Amino acid sequence: MSVVTLAQALNGGLDLALEKDPNVVLLGEDIGRTGGVFRITDGLREKYGEDRVFDTPVAESGIVGAALGMAIAGLKPVAEIQFLGFSYPAYDQIINHVARMRNRSAHRFTVPMVIRIPFGGGIGAAEHHSESTESIYAHVPGLKVVVPSTPADAKGLLLAAIEDPDPVLLLEPIRLYRAVKEEVDEGDYTTPIGPIRVERSGDDITLFSWGAMMKETRAAAAVLEDDGVSVEVIDIRTLSPLDRDGIAASVEKTGRAVIIHEAPLTAGFGGEIAAVLAERALYSLKAPVRRVTGWDTVFPLKRSESHYLPGVDRIVHAARDILEG
Amino acid sequence: MYDYSSRPSRLPLPVDERMASADIDLGQRKSIYRSLQELRQFEKRAHDLFLQNLVKGTTHLSLGMEAVAAGFGAAMRPDDYTFATYRGHAHALARGMEMGPAMAELLGRSNGVLGGKGGSMHLTDVSRGMMGSYAIIGAHLCIANGAAWSAQMRGSGQVTVCFFGDGTTNIGAFHEALNMAKVWQLPVVFVCENNLYMEYTPIDLITAVPHPAADRAASYGLESVIVDGNDPDAVYLAAGKAIGRAREGGGPALIEATTYRTGGHSRADPAKYRPLEEVEAWAQRDPIPMYHARLLGLGVAEGELSSIERDVAADVDAATEFAKAGEEPTGEALLTEVYADGSSRWRN
Ligand SMILES: Cc1ncc(C[n+]2csc(CCOP(=O)(O)OP(=O)(O)O)c2C)c(N)n1
Ligand SMILES: [Mg+2]
Repeated sequence: MSVVTLAQALNGGLDLALEKDPNVVLLGEDIGRTGGVFRITDGLREKYGEDRVFDTPVAESGIVGAALGMAIAGLKPVAEIQFLGFSYPAYDQIINHVARMRNRSAHRFTVPMVIRIPFGGGIGAAEHHSESTESIYAHVPGLKVVVPSTPADAKGLLLAAIEDPDPVLLLEPIRLYRAVKEEVDEGDYTTPIGPIRVERSGDDITLFSWGAMMKETRAAAAVLEDDGVSVEVIDIRTLSPLDRDGIAASVEKTGRAVIIHEAPLTAGFGGEIAAVLAERALYSLKAPVRRVTGWDTVFPLKRSESHYLPGVDRIVHAARDILEG
Repeated sequence: MYDYSSRPSRLPLPVDERMASADIDLGQRKSIYRSLQELRQFEKRAHDLFLQNLVKGTTHLSLGMEAVAAGFGAAMRPDDYTFATYRGHAHALARGMEMGPAMAELLGRSNGVLGGKGGSMHLTDVSRGMMGSYAIIGAHLCIANGAAWSAQMRGSGQVTVCFFGDGTTNIGAFHEALNMAKVWQLPVVFVCENNLYMEYTPIDLITAVPHPAADRAASYGLESVIVDGNDPDAVYLAAGKAIGRAREGGGPALIEATTYRTGGHSRADPAKYRPLEEVEAWAQRDPIPMYHARLLGLGVAEGELSSIERDVAADVDAATEFAKAGEEPTGEALLTEVYADGSSRWRN
């Protein structure tokens, strides 16, 4: 065990995967010589050589396409896209091919690949460098979408994603890369893709979130606990396939739910969670489900980031609203 | 609509008669002839079945273009990789995909090579190196690079051959893929089947250079190669050279094969946008009668060629019966094979 950041946990996970499986290769812009924009692949090229960890041209369709070709021809590629906003040139590859290869070929192909993508606000660089369009990918059958919010989960989900025979998008919360530290097992372990994680158990209200917003969600839970409210905090951590049972079970117990995400409200992933509650836990609800999300606008420049990102106050306010009901 | 038929025709060059004396084994030439017959007769039958409303959905035939697939098929090693487009029946068959399951796949039956899930546009047969047919313009050039990277990393000596159309040279993925292939010196051969049309539009109207692939080769440090795509021997030789070099570590190649599709772009396209003079001139350059005559000239008996034709006809009949006897896919099949556990979504 050692105390590491989320970024270090990912680096350690990649190191371990490269060491134990010669079929694992890493590719992306600047990831080899420089270690990537966020230094997640630091030192790996030196350790494993330029055949295993290599720099690509700026060509997202080319990168994801190449990773897919490697996957169907026996390798386990882990591609890095610099920011979620830069994944759109690869959109065709991800949706039309990566996600559908297995179905289209009736299982003749298996697609054991991972696409790692930093996402969310927090570095003050607006739009493309800050957005959270995870619901687009969660909508696509054939893909798995995971979003860790702790160092231990980051490593465990990464290793699970690399082992997984299906293509997995690993969305990494930029704001948390170096903001959280915890003890992480240095050995080989996986965190199962699918099940939610009950981070804190409570009886009066459930707060659902994922990725970077877990930070504000935790803080809001602490404020509410000080008020004497018993709060359940759930890290969704896998958006697809979604743990509908786990989500419903929590609200069957607490009867109240606030869903928190950074992406804009409309057609955001919170809508899917609210729908699960309507379908499976309606008769347990004591109050309407609330969503606390980014606004329906374009992610702004640095000075307006704080206006955009849902803060602790908004979460606490929404929770109190339905608690007092 | 602009009347393209008033545009100047683009007529084929005459056959290069020197190809008859090229150093190609006669047995190899006979097997190329068989392959040409298979591709032609299979697709003619597919067209008939389409007219009988048995082929559901769309089909894109390569009637008239068979020499490219047959020439490459003959030059490839059994474990080499093929990547093709929605116009991929010929490439799949040229790698040895069985006709029955191929025809059944076109009919969307559950005895199809992909259980009726892929259809005409996605023919795939991993066991024969047929790594898929792709219906999004350009995407598969990038994917082909990945397979080539894998072969290079494993030191397997496999070469990847990736086919696409003239229109594809104008999409970004083409350029991304060629650059990467060269940067990484991948064992991949890109083959542009220049049939002069991007769907219904003459390629020269929408391309900055006269030779859509060959004129771009220099941008990626590659040799500019144009081959007569209607001469199986010319294709076979060019294929052998490029594949051989890629196998020895000489890196990628880009080949532009000039050809012409006899029919329309897809299904019932009557292809009226083409000048009659052009259509007729290319009909005279049909690769199959030309190759037939060449083989006779090389001393092969007429009887031997007609017996190949009859054998293939019987195979196509059998494939048709096999396909027609297949079951229609069930509703349950819809919800399978989206994920590795066989399901369409996870457990709950
Ligand atoms: C990205 C994309 N845009 C448009 C289409 C529709 N489309 C299918 S085939 C085709 C023409 C391609 O022409 P070419 O590359 O010359 O191939 P050919 O059909 O002549 O073999 C088009 C535009 C597509 N499949 N993918
Ligand atoms: Mg064309």
